[in-house]
Amino acid sequence: MQNQSIQVKGLQKSYKKLQVLKGVDFEVEKGTIFALLGSNGAGKTTVVKILSTLLKPDGGTATVNGFEVVSKSENVRKSISLTGQFAAVDEVLTGRENLIMIARLRHLEQPRQVADELLQRFGLTGAADRRASTYSGGMRRRLDIAMSLIGKPQIIFLDEPTTGLDPEARIEVWKVVKELADSGTTVFLTTQYLEEAEQLADRIAILHEGRLIASGTLEKLKKLFPPAKVEYVEKQPSLEEIFLTIINKKEETKDE
Amino acid sequence: MNKHFFSDMGVMVGRSMRHISRSMDTIITVTITPIALLLLFVYVFGGAIQTGTDHYVNYLMPGILLIAVASGISYTAYRLFLDKSKGIFERFHSMPIARSTVLWGHVLTSLVSNALSVIIIIFVALIMGFRSSAGVLSWLAVAGIIALFTLALTWMAAIAGLSAKSVDGVSAFSYPLIFLPFISSAFVPTESMPWAVRAFAENQPVTSIVESIRALLSNQPVGNEIWIALAWCVGIMIVAYFFAMRVYKARR
Ligand SMILES: Nc1ncnc2c1ncn2[C@@H]1O[C@H](COP(=O)(O)OP(=O)(O)OP(=O)(O)O)[C@@H](O)[C@H]1O
Ligand SMILES: [Mg+2]
Repeated sequence: MQNQSIQVKGLQKSYKKLQVLKGVDFEVEKGTIFALLGSNGAGKTTVVKILSTLLKPDGGTATVNGFEVVSKSENVRKSISLTGQFAAVDEVLTGRENLIMIARLRHLEQPRQVADELLQRFGLTGAADRRASTYSGGMRRRLDIAMSLIGKPQIIFLDEPTTGLDPEARIEVWKVVKELADSGTTVFLTTQYLEEAEQLADRIAILHEGRLIASGTLEKLKKLFPPAKVEYVEKQPSLEEIFLTIINKKEETKDE
Repeated sequence: MNKHFFSDMGVMVGRSMRHISRSMDTIITVTITPIALLLLFVYVFGGAIQTGTDHYVNYLMPGILLIAVASGISYTAYRLFLDKSKGIFERFHSMPIARSTVLWGHVLTSLVSNALSVIIIIFVALIMGFRSSAGVLSWLAVAGIIALFTLALTWMAAIAGLSAKSVDGVSAFSYPLIFLPFISSAFVPTESMPWAVRAFAENQPVTSIVESIRALLSNQPVGNEIWIALAWCVGIMIVAYFFAMRVYKARR
């Protein structure tokens, strides 16, 4: 098998007149964590939806687990799992019922046992038999992510998994993401938090105005930043600074 | 067809049944307006309305049941809207399952919950003196017509629920449907109406459906009316199904 979980070439997508993706290229290696960074409206969710077969691209190609997302969407769906930007749990059902439902839809042998294990792992055992509508935002998100792990998909998409979570819950999610990658799962996540990308990702790509303005390892991105000049203490640039520098450079070149 | 169609359908049906059993309050809410209308028309206006039947409640029954379905259907649209806007559809659609089962689960929910409201209303009507001389076969025919009517409206609700941008938009769609029986032979015979209204009333779907159900319940010959009623229901259902599917699939 080839070593790339996701390959994207020249990806384009417009909503009516609004051109959101203007030619995006990247690759994600098997078993790694890839973070797509971008501000509000940059098109992160659009990329995730195309890769998870919910949207059709207008141009370019995308393959997931070796399958083209448009022509082989059924195979893609067998390889992936999606945790959308907003927790997609059935609020009328209990946490346990939500998990069992997904386990059944994944045609697993012992849905109840699978649900029990995940409830345990995500600290939801106490709330297992309460309706999801009574859950806090953090609990809902954990249930949402737990639902996505069912069936051990090879590739997991997490669209802003920690937005709206308190610091503790965020660290909890980070732990899960790291464990997933350690067990060989490929993780594609989007985030607005640069710190999150720094913490988790093997490779980072920054989406801005329809294109990837930077991509690579954290080390590589840090080299893009001009070396510290008059500072007394040599300070590692944070990703935040890199991001802002790159964006400013773009704006400057645009104005010329 | 997906080889897991039946097992996936089973999961969706299970989900539906839980939704129904946990939202009995919505079923009760749906029955309130029709029951209020029943009380109002039987005990307040009924004396002044000449229908040529023994008990006015017997005359009223078919229209009230249609109103119940028309108002129950707004919850169908609402549930679809919620699944769409909360990302449940996206979760299901990114999974390797038979996609159509997601929608059929909603259709089934709609059928069962409307059937429950209809049964509750029939019970209330029985207490108020509603009687029918219909036999088992006629009752089955009535059930069939109401089920077809529910299906037709369910697919209309699917269009509304899937394409609505806000909750208000979802609930607004059913108002005209609830109103339609008033301009039909549901409450008063069409002969008493001015000609323009009468022309509309006699040629809109509700009148033929009401007349057929009324004939079946009172053991009268149904005549041609039932074919017109069935044609309306099936026609609306096919057209609405076509457009609903277009909206449903257009999300890709
Ligand atoms: N269905 C749609 N129809 C029209 N425009 C859309 C649609 N979905 C997204 N857009 C627009 O496309 C752009 C990119 O949206 P997208 O949701 O991909 O951004 P994002 O990076 O995920 O943003 P956020 O951080 O706010 O989630 C935005 O300007 C958005 O308004
Ligand atoms: Mg987004």
